[in-house]
This record gives sequence, structure tokens and C-alpha cells, in this order.
Amino acid sequence: MSAADPSMIAPRSITGAQPALIELNGVSKRFVKPLDVAARIGNVFGAAIAEEVVHAVDNVDLRIAEGEVVGLVGESGCGKSTLGRVAVGLLAPSGGQRLWRGEPVEQMRAISARRAQLKMQMIFQDPYASLNPRMRVIDIVGEAPVVHRLISAKQQVEYVGLMLNKVGLDPTLMRRYPHQFSGGQRARIGIARTLAVKPEFIVCDESVAALDVSIQAQVLNLFMDLKAALNLTYLFISHDLGVVQYIADRVVVMYLGRVVESAPAAKLFNQPNHPYTKALLAEIGRVEPKKRKFAPVVGEIPSPLHPPSGCHFHPRCPYAMPVCSETSPALIEVSTRQWSACHLNTVSNTAGR
Amino acid sequence: MSEPVLRVEELRTHFFTKAGVVKAVDDVSFIVNRGEVMGLVGESGSGKSMTGYSLMGLIDPPGRIVGGRILLDGIDVIKLSGEEMRQMRGNRVAMIFQDPMMTLNPVLRIDTQMIEAIVAHRKVSAGDAHAMAAAALSKVGIPSPEERLSAYPHQFSGGMRQRVAIAIALLNKPDLIIADEPTTALDVTIQGQILYEMQKLTRETGAAVIWITHDLSVVAGLADQVSVMYAGRIVEQGTAEQVLGRPRHPYTRGLLDSVPANNARGARLKQIPGMTPSLLDLPPGCPFRERCSYAQSDCARTPLMRPLTAGQSVRCHHPLA
Ligand SMILES: Nc1ncnc2c1ncn2[C@@H]1O[C@H](COP(=O)(O)OP(=O)(O)O)[C@@H](O)[C@H]1O
Ligand SMILES: Nc1ncnc2c1ncn2[C@@H]1O[C@H](COP(=O)(O)OP(=O)(O)O)[C@@H](O)[C@H]1O
Ligand code: SF4
Ligand SMILES: [Mg+2]
Ligand SMILES: [Mg+2]
Repeated sequence: MSAADPSMIAPRSITGAQPALIELNGVSKRFVKPLDVAARIGNVFGAAIAEEVVHAVDNVDLRIAEGEVVGLVGESGCGKSTLGRVAVGLLAPSGGQRLWRGEPVEQMRAISARRAQLKMQMIFQDPYASLNPRMRVIDIVGEAPVVHRLISAKQQVEYVGLMLNKVGLDPTLMRRYPHQFSGGQRARIGIARTLAVKPEFIVCDESVAALDVSIQAQVLNLFMDLKAALNLTYLFISHDLGVVQYIADRVVVMYLGRVVESAPAAKLFNQPNHPYTKALLAEIGRVEPKKRKFAPVVGEIPSPLHPPSGCHFHPRCPYAMPVCSETSPALIEVSTRQWSACHLNTVSNTAGR
Repeated sequence: MSEPVLRVEELRTHFFTKAGVVKAVDDVSFIVNRGEVMGLVGESGSGKSMTGYSLMGLIDPPGRIVGGRILLDGIDVIKLSGEEMRQMRGNRVAMIFQDPMMTLNPVLRIDTQMIEAIVAHRKVSAGDAHAMAAAALSKVGIPSPEERLSAYPHQFSGGMRQRVAIAIALLNKPDLIIADEPTTALDVTIQGQILYEMQKLTRETGAAVIWITHDLSVVAGLADQVSVMYAGRIVEQGTAEQVLGRPRHPYTRGLLDSVPANNARGARLKQIPGMTPSLLDLPPGCPFRERCSYAQSDCARTPLMRPLTAGQSVRCHHPLA
């Protein structure tokens, strides 16, 4: 596989000159899918069936400046959650480097690494499953800050009250259990739990996906209010392009483990470069009372166990050329701060199209 | 104009729980014409699925249809016997669920299931049934249908499974198809493909469709008529252009304003305050009044559905201009 040469990508220029809060350089994450019984028996008889490897994240560069909101989009299974987990340190990358405020996290002294780690948090999709049903709100929100010695046990009630206020929940409800709250309120409890450890960088993984649209609007407003009040930085993972268009400063599009396009939100939505981005945008959830002609992208996302050669998108791409199945296109800057990995950009240059 | 395929009149489906009565569907009326798609939209718990289940005769205790009429081709299906109802399901009316495994049996091959669905309602030879099944799969965009027929459901992706469920629903050319959020769990690209196929198929077959969803953009693209549900009742009804273009009910307006794509980047999203009320022992009056910025004292009286202009109607004492 001839992945893009990272030195050619010049990751520093992806976000311009601002110093990065978090930076991933050539990060990969591979999962080994263990052999099933049939394959192991086969191997005993000399079948030589190898273990299968999923390249969930394949040589990705990502820099997020302080105060920036980066939207991460792509079909399910393309590696968004894995990249988010690697970014906050919940998963160790199989390759590549992670920098926090310019410092490689692996090389930090244990205590600084732990402190940096606490500054990076993740909010999960399911506001139901991620809250322990047997814990009261006061413990759900107040446990971690005590453990990490951000507050003393005596300060817990007052501190949790403060956090609940921040997310728009009534502090007098802190002795209740999660099931006594609505879906929207549970989402707020999850946010309060994250805020309680004073993070600076938050990965929101489909954090509003399970909410009804009227409640989703309330929670998105809350995210933006908190960002302004606490100077937070977000990596906002969502399959809903409407949400991302609304909330993100910059958008990164993934396809089968790789970044195929990255651009300021306005540019990505107005002048998408990559054919995959264009296909995704055709499906954006606009509410226009006129009969839409659904003219969708063909086919399904291929198995990441056996990604197509060259440009992973070529089997579904209406513009695919012979070169697309042969070599993997490099991510290049096609206009100011807009990066795209598509052979059309280099072919059209030489052919003067 | 010819008689509509479906005419629902004052349907009420209530659940008699230990904690009290849940009026999941409360005085719901609408019609669906041949070849038309009616979008039934609303947030979770508003009664969309229970409306669909009522039409299919699938309400189980403690739930019960306590009032109204469901006229399918002029026949009141509430009065049908259990056996007559079974004959009607999967034949004259079919339902597609959010989870295709509600339709598919995991331990049977696809061809077995499809042929069974055909011969249950028609006298055809096994060979003909097989050919019909293959044709149905190819119609919903499944490549190499002959090969796929001998596969089991788990050998399909989620999107392909939903296509199979749709193919089964269409097998006996039903007059009415009830689709309950069938694309909600799928990626937008796959959703787009399935909506495209559905649009094409309904145009070809002339079936009437009720498309249940919480996603206003899906309704916008697909529906001719739109009914908006809130707390077990339809609060606004009209053509898609009317309801989505010029909503007259404050709730519909609020829903449309909450959609991020309808808001300027960076500006605060317009939000509806509060949350949907519990349907358990709902007090009289407009159920939206606690959240409504137009509410006045008379909103404590239950509003009735009332026609405004050219087929658009709302259940509101103070409809928007
Ligand atoms: N713990 C794991 N073990 C094995 N494979 C995994 C694991 N987590 C994710 N994967 C695989 O990695 C790929 C990317 O998954 P994920 O990051 O969850 O995608 P997304 O969030 O975009 O839907 C998928 O093919 C998934 O099956
Ligand atoms: N078996 C049941 N017992 C009690 N209440 C029920 C039952 N099934 C559904 N309901 C209630 O009926 C209401 C409408 O549900 P449903 O039609 O599924 O909503 P939607 O499809 O709009 O999300 C909900 O408030 C739900 O709690
Ligand atoms: S590189 Fe080729 S296949 Fe890939 S998106 Fe561009 S044109 Fe399509
Ligand atoms: Mg994910
Ligand atoms: Mg439902």
C-alpha cells in the first residue's frame, strides 16, 4: 500500500499558523480480528489462514487549534470513533505520534502525562448506557473530581451543584438516579460529568444523535455556550451533516480509515472538492418543502478488512479513472486550507482541464 | 376524486397501565390517497408507531383501540376477525419496521421466507414464487438476486436487510404500506438509496404510503401530505409545501426552527423550551401550552382540529399567520 508520504502533507499548514492544542501525526490504529474456530482448525491442517487486520485509522494527520470546533464526518465504520478515542488517549495508536500543546504525550513524565490526559475527555453517544443506573447524579458527576483531587470530598455537594447549574439542570435533583430524568436531561448529566474534571479538549462522539430535534437544539446550544464560557475545543463526531455544518469551524471527512478531505466548514459545504464529500453533501438533511429527487451515491462502504486498492473510494466514484485503482492519492492543499485526496486534482492540472 | 385507500376517523388507542391510562393515540383522523405518500412526523413518544400498529391490528394488551374507524378500501378493519386481519396483513397492507429483523426470520433462508409470504396469500407454483421473489429483490436494488436468495439474513448488511424487508412488504402488491422509520438506523448514503427506490416503487405500483419518521428532511423529500403528531394527537395537517413551507401550528414552527440546517452558522439555534409531556393522565387543554410562546388562557381548553385554507388544518386556538 502506498499511503501518502506524511512529509509531503506538511501537517502544520493544515490549520494555518495557530499553535495546535492537540496534534496527531501519521496516526494509525489497527485491530487484529482473531481467527474463528473453523480457520484455526483449517490451519492445523495446513490451510495457512492469516489473522485479519482492520486498518480502522490509517496514517491520519489532525491538528486542532485551541478554541476550534472540528467536525468529523463519514459513514459508519470509517474510523471516526477510533480516531476520537486515539485523540483523547483512550486507545493507544498502533503508529504515529500524539502531541498535547506541542509536546509528544508518550515522552512526557508520568505526572504531566496524567495531567494532560485529564484535559482531554470524551462524551459518548448514548446518554442512557453511559450513565451507571445505580449511581446518584451527585456521584456520577462528583466522583472523578474527588479521585483526581480537583476538589476535596467536602466540596463535592457544592461543586456538583455548580456543574449542574452550568448544564442547565436543577441542583436540587442531585440525589436522584439517571432513570428519573428524560433523555435530554441525561445528556446534560453526561456533559456535567465531563466538565467536572475541567477538560480543555472534548471529543463529542455522536453526542446528540439519540436526541429528538427540539432537545438536540437545546443541547447544541449548551455545547456552544460552554465553549464560549470555558474556552473549550471540540472534535465533534457526527453522521448528521446538518449538525456539523452548524457547529463546526472546520470539517474533516473520513473514508475507510483515511482522511479524504479537510477544509473550513464554509468552504467544504460550498465548494467540496472530493467526490465522496460531494456525494455525502447530496444527502444533507435540508428541510425544503419540495420533492427531492434522491440520486444517491452507489454501493455500500466496502469492508475495512479488504479495502479497495488505490483510492479506497474508486469502486463507488462516478469520476474514477484507471489511476484511481492503482495508486492512493495524496492529501494535497487544493485551495487555501482546503486539503483533498483525489487524483482529479493532479490529473486536471496536467491535462489542463 | 376517487375514494381514498385509507380513511382513519377519530382513532383512539389507549394503554391501560397500573400507573394510569396512556392515551398514545387520541382522536387521530387522516386520509391517504392512491399513489400518495403521507409523512407522519413527530418526536419520540408522540404516538406515531402506535398509530401504525393500530392500522395493522398489532396493538397488544394493555393497549386497546377504544374508538374510531379505520376504513381500508371502505372496509372497517377494526371490525375484522383475527383470521380476516391476518389475511389482510402482508397482502392488502404491509408494514416496514425500523429494525428489519422484525420482518425477517434469522434462521430461514431469504428464499424460504419470501416464497412463504407469497403462497400464504396466493395460489402459485413453487417455481413461479421463486421467480417472483428474485424479481422483487432486483426491484429494490439488490445485486445478483438469484444468488442472494439462498443467503441467510445475517449475511446481509443492515441496508441490504432493510431492502429485503421492503421487497417482502411489496411482494403481494399491497394497497397500503406503513413504513415506520425504516431508514433511521442507516447511513445517510444508504438512506438516500432506499428513499430513491421507495420513491420509484410507489410511483410504479400506485400504493398508498404512510411514512413515519422524526426526520423532517426525509419527509420534505418524500411526502405529498404531512401530518404532525404531538402527545398522541395530530396537531397540523396539509400538503408538504403547506406544513413545511408555512407552518401554522406553533409546535411545527418550533420543530422546523430547531433543525440546525435551517439556522445560520454560529447563531444560537432557536429552541423549544421544556420537554414533551408524559402521556400518562394528560390533563385537558392543548398539550403544547406549557412550551408555547403563543399560549393564552383559553389554551387550557382542548383545541379541536380546524381547517384553515385549502386543506391545511391545525389543532390550535391561535394559529400563526
Ligand atoms: N475494538 C475493536 N476491535 C476490532 N475492530 C474494531 C474495534 N473498534 C472498531 N473496530 C473496527 O474499526 C473500524 C472503524 O470503527 P469505528 O471507529 O467505530 O467507526 P465509526 O465510528 O466511523 O463508525 C470498523 O471496521 C470497526 O469494526
Ligand atoms: N405497552 C405499552 N404500555 C404503556 N404505554 C405504551 C406501550 N406502548 C407504547 N406506549 C406509549 O405510547 C406512546 C406512544 O408511543 P409510540 O407510538 O411508540 O411513539 P413514537 O413512535 O411516536 O415514538 C408513548 O408514550 C409510549 O410510552
Ligand atoms: S481519486 Fe479517483 S476514485 Fe478517488 S475520489 Fe478521486 S476520482 Fe474518485
Ligand atoms: Mg462511531
Ligand atoms: Mg416509533
